[in-house]
Amino acid sequence: MNILIKWYYRLGAPLWFYPLAGKLIPWVAALFLLFLIPGLYMGLVTAPADYQQGESFRIMYVHVPAAWMSMFVYLAMAIAAVVALVWRVRMAEIMIISAVPIGASFALIALLTGAFWGKPMWGAWWVWDARLTSELILLFIYLGILALYNAIEDKTTAGKAMSILTLVGVVNLPIIHYSVVWWNTLHQAATVSVFDKPSIHIDMLIPLLLMATAFKFLFLLILLLKMRANLIEQDVHSGWVKKIILDKQAEMEKEHD
Amino acid sequence: MSPVRKKRFYMVLLLVVGISIATFLIVQAFSQNMMFFFSTSEVKQGKAPKDREFRLGGLVVEGSVKRIPKTLTVQFELTDSITPVSVEYTGILPDLFREGQGIIAKGQLNASGVFVASEVLAKHDENYMPPEVADSLAKAAKINAENAKNAEKAGSTEAISESIKEKSE
Repeated sequence: MNILIKWYYRLGAPLWFYPLAGKLIPWVAALFLLFLIPGLYMGLVTAPADYQQGESFRIMYVHVPAAWMSMFVYLAMAIAAVVALVWRVRMAEIMIISAVPIGASFALIALLTGAFWGKPMWGAWWVWDARLTSELILLFIYLGILALYNAIEDKTTAGKAMSILTLVGVVNLPIIHYSVVWWNTLHQAATVSVFDKPSIHIDMLIPLLLMATAFKFLFLLILLLKMRANLIEQDVHSGWVKKIILDKQAEMEKEHD
Repeated sequence: MSPVRKKRFYMVLLLVVGISIATFLIVQAFSQNMMFFFSTSEVKQGKAPKDREFRLGGLVVEGSVKRIPKTLTVQFELTDSITPVSVEYTGILPDLFREGQGIIAKGQLNASGVFVASEVLAKHDENYMPPEVADSLAKAAKINAENAKNAEKAGSTEAISESIKEKSE
């Protein structure tokens, strides 16, 4: 029985997941555009200019959602790492390794847009304050996880090592979040938080929340694409991939006739 | 959860807790080094290093900014609303530099206790609003301040008239 369950986890889940993800992708892409277009329009056109920073504050509509996502993706990976280590679910490992490059990209976008914002406002591209440094460490952790997984040939061992490293890195998340509270930093404190009233005008807040939602769907979209690609790549010699290929061939032949 | 999974779960928990404690201790040990800047009060208390550069943060005191003609040298005072420190800087200031703005200056104290800055960064706060809202907030603050002043004045004239009464009696 146990062996059967193991086989289900190993091979059954991809066969079920792969077509489901394929069906979800266009819907997620539509939701992404649905939030992105009004978010960008309101953020770049209709939102009023800031009283201090003028038009330059608009870079926040990319910077802030990207920074939030860089942490959100990591949190999702950490939860998947617990599932992968305790229940030995292979799909959780696939999810982690597929999410790593996405999270790293979000961290890189946050750091780059932050530099573009910092130069005119603060007077510096980069400073070694606690917020900026801890976000840079997050980027390095992402790259470390990616390197570790690719360095180990056997993917079962690689998945385990990657999950452990992911959990080690999770301590950085509260450090990033509270860095502006615990230490004197050049970076300002949080504008939007769950418990306090946001210190941003409502006309500026709405596009920010739209963009944040759009980024969530963007993550989901790329994650689904990447998970499908990783599954196919790893299981190229296994039965379920062959079955999908044969089904596809039969479908195409039918269309031909 | 089966006993095997329970055991694995506790191992994972142990890992996270252990790493958290280790990180907490490291961060505690480095806490002073992770401060990006010193406040003006800390400088006056002698907590800032004397023989090397450090960063000083504070608000630019209203009306304290003086430009020395025909040079790029600016003199101003920074305060954390308790103790002010005089700062001197030669160079181009960032766009957000203005009176009442939060500033972080990098430099060293000279013999006369003036902070000679080699770099000035502007710190902005977490508030975002359109200029009209900022204006109306500033107006409201002004009116509040005036009301408070008037109330104080009224209080003091009452006190004076009372004291006059007392004397005449």
